[in-house]
Amino acid sequence: MLGPNGSGKTSLLRVLLGLQKLTGGTIDMPEGTGIGYIPQQRALDPTITLRGRDLVSLGYDGHRWGVGLKGRRDRNRRVDEAIEAVGAEQFANRPVGLLSGGEQQRLRVAQALVCDPDVLLCDEPLLSLDLAHQQAVSQLIDKRRRDAGTSVLFVTHEINPILPLVDRVLYLVDGRFRIGTPDEVMTTEALTELYRTRIDVVRVRGQIIVVGAQGVVESDQPHHVQVD
Amino acid sequence: MDKFFDFDKTIEVLQYDFVRNALIAAAILGLLAGVLGPLIVSRNMAFSVHGTSELAVTGGAAALLLGIGVGYGALAGSIIAALVLGVLARRGSEHDSVIGVVLAFGLGLGVLFLWMYPGRASNRFGLLFGQIVSTDSTSIVLLSVCAVVVLAVLAVIYRPLMFASVDPDVAKARGVPTGVLSPIFAVLVGVATALGVQTVGALLVLALMVTPAAAACRITASPLRATILSVVFAEVAVLGGIVLSLSPGVPVSAFVTAISFLIYVGARVFSKVRAAA
Repeated sequence: MLGPNGSGKTSLLRVLLGLQKLTGGTIDMPEGTGIGYIPQQRALDPTITLRGRDLVSLGYDGHRWGVGLKGRRDRNRRVDEAIEAVGAEQFANRPVGLLSGGEQQRLRVAQALVCDPDVLLCDEPLLSLDLAHQQAVSQLIDKRRRDAGTSVLFVTHEINPILPLVDRVLYLVDGRFRIGTPDEVMTTEALTELYRTRIDVVRVRGQIIVVGAQGVVESDQPHHVQVD
Repeated sequence: MDKFFDFDKTIEVLQYDFVRNALIAAAILGLLAGVLGPLIVSRNMAFSVHGTSELAVTGGAAALLLGIGVGYGALAGSIIAALVLGVLARRGSEHDSVIGVVLAFGLGLGVLFLWMYPGRASNRFGLLFGQIVSTDSTSIVLLSVCAVVVLAVLAVIYRPLMFASVDPDVAKARGVPTGVLSPIFAVLVGVATALGVQTVGALLVLALMVTPAAAACRITASPLRATILSVVFAEVAVLGGIVLSLSPGVPVSAFVTAISFLIYVGARVFSKVRAAA
């Protein structure tokens, strides 16, 4: 899901998560759909009393009442599997607040996957990660999608890091949207219509760069390039 | 000075019923404070605990004026305080100033109530510094009942509360009713605080509710181990403080806070040394 700030990407996620009510329209979500959620990358408090594996464990059954003594063995097994799946064994027992952004984000992925979701909602999970970690995290999510058939809705500012993994793009601008394959949506015509202003989409070495009146709209560094 | 800690005298005093009652009350309180502590620390509620404890004093003063048991007044005062703070301070950024505002007003009321009381309040009013040696068997029953209720409720809400405390966004997304859990937990803390106020006093209740847990959180990042350590530290501080105070006849609170502070300093040094190693 792409779109400028304030176009409603996070609102759509919040509606799907049940955190926000619709002011109009309907939402069609089958009863009992398991939803995994990877929130926007935000560093955890460094002094927090929590290990990496506890963060993952909360994703498994943190919403249930009780202390959780029953079913402890099952939980530990599932948590171990999820930690292994994201390759976090090395640091899963360390205080989570002291881990790097990339390490925390891998645990976030494990936390979202441990409940075996049917749908995975990711809110800019690559934000503030370096290139290597961006790739690692997007590969992890892609692997999950292929192995378990999980649907993934991935909010991002930057399509290029995940371009080879994307089936469809939902592009939101001011309540208008286009949905289709990257080749259908990421075109000069489609985006010019969406933004209602002249937009050029250029492809350079397999990367997509979107240039508008305000400068570069969509690139690897959307926040840094402004050519007024 | 060599008679300051008289071992024989300590043993002798330990035979008295009132001393035993004090130790039982302290042990219950230590358990309660130790279990709640890590959650208080991870929810940044130290100032809130302090505010609640001062308002327990106001409740006690009101009860004194009305001729009800001071203990019940303290309990009512801190539960009301916990609820008011919970309702007014929904947003994190406001929390700090709201506590300050409510605390100051509440204490002012307390001063008024004490002034209006015709007798000599200080004789019957140990809430500021505690009066653990006056614990009798009826107050132990009240203390035990309160402790069991608080621990039972906490056991039910423990996992979602923990989730909401450390990871509120994801907890909310997973359907944890974070808005309901905060006031429930505030009331649990209020009850524990009121009990603490009557034993170690309002000014020192933080030494049990916050310091042991803060020390434990320095040593381990595992929530389970932090809770166990926090209970152990709280028990060492409160029981140790009472036993040490027996022979010299120094106020209990002085020893309890000193031990608990030393444990905290030790924990900080330990975590520094470990980080350097």
